[in-house]
Amino acid sequence: MNHPQLLELFASALAIDIKKVTPDLAYGTIPEWDSTAHMILIAEIEDKFDVMLDTDDIIDMSSVAKADEIINKYLIQQ
Amino acid sequence: MLFELEPYSIKKEQKQPLLQQELSALTKHHQQHCSDYARLIQTQWPNLSLPVANTQALPYLSVRLFKQIGLKSITDEQVFKTLYSSGTTGTPSRIMLDNQTAAVQSKILVKIMQQWLGKARLPMLIIDHPSVVKDRANFSARGAGIQGLAFMGRNHCYALNDDMSINWPSLEAFCTKFADGPILVFGFTFMVWQHFIQQLISHKKTINLPQATLIHSGGWKKLIDQAVDNQTFKQTAKQTCGISKVHNFYGMVEQVGAIFVECEQGYLHCPSYADIIIRQPNNWQVADFNQPGVVQLLSTLPKSYPGHSLLTEDRGIIIGEDDCRCGKKGKYFKILGRLPQAEARGCSDTFETGQAS
Repeated sequence: MNHPQLLELFASALAIDIKKVTPDLAYGTIPEWDSTAHMILIAEIEDKFDVMLDTDDIIDMSSVAKADEIINKYLIQQ
Repeated sequence: MLFELEPYSIKKEQKQPLLQQELSALTKHHQQHCSDYARLIQTQWPNLSLPVANTQALPYLSVRLFKQIGLKSITDEQVFKTLYSSGTTGTPSRIMLDNQTAAVQSKILVKIMQQWLGKARLPMLIIDHPSVVKDRANFSARGAGIQGLAFMGRNHCYALNDDMSINWPSLEAFCTKFADGPILVFGFTFMVWQHFIQQLISHKKTINLPQATLIHSGGWKKLIDQAVDNQTFKQTAKQTCGISKVHNFYGMVEQVGAIFVECEQGYLHCPSYADIIIRQPNNWQVADFNQPGVVQLLSTLPKSYPGHSLLTEDRGIIIGEDDCRCGKKGKYFKILGRLPQAEARGCSDTFETGQAS
């Protein structure tokens, strides 16, 4: 994880215990991470990291580790 | 796999063999995982041999069956989301999704919409009220559409209050902030017409969203009763909202994801992942292009329920394949309206009389 602060962000956006947030936690495997929560998550990531994610990123963001990777891609470009 | 390909780039020579293969595999999958489906196929298509030689030979279910019985190919524990049809004709359909099918549906919907909207997420005005997506485990057709399209947007704003009145402060704030740039406006056809455009007119108000794209879906039946056709709809959207890019799309809650979007020429287009067949209502034989009949829809997406080949209750006509002037490949068609009630019932009767071929 390049951005460990993501774990806390996930816990708060999905309203789950931070202990449940691991890099391999995947979209759709827990009821709390559904499409509605996904949009909340995206908005919070954009806000916190000051990035603009496109529609490909939203679809690719299938796990916590993947989110970390996507954020990295944007931060390196900056 | 078809869902790895671009939505409008492949021609029939490449598409049809892949469709046959994937839909035959899905038929087999559902026979093995849904006993009601296996029984229906055994009764109606006793001589079925898989893989089929062409997609026309695939078994098809009447869409009514999803209202009558809850068909699914997953266990109760695997049900991640349940979708309900709008249920204008009594009992709603129930479509059960596991996380895999739900994820594929979202992904394909985004892939198709990227072709019409681009990849950037646009400020999004939703012509509905926020309560329509409140229950997160059970979605109406409207909720599912909004939820799916929401992935294409940012700064989502609901234009209506719970009582269907326009939320003027929200609408005005949205327009002040975003009206000058590209915007996505989405709503169900009837909601856009009745509860937005008509309300603007009755309040003698207009808004101006010159760079907006309006995407709408959900059937014309109620509007045809008011003598509103596609052209009137577009003209009025231009007059009241300043929107000149308007795309209707056709699709069923029973086949979320692989939707059929209307091009600039006014035709609905099959994406790579879906196809249309027209059948004659009297004998269920396949109709030729330019011959109206009952719409059968094929989709390679439904894995958690046997909805990959469905006979709808809509009438339609295929105009052509791979040669639309808009440049997109795939079959393109028009929807002509709903079947009369008696004929619609006839569709499900095929399962009692065994007329299917």
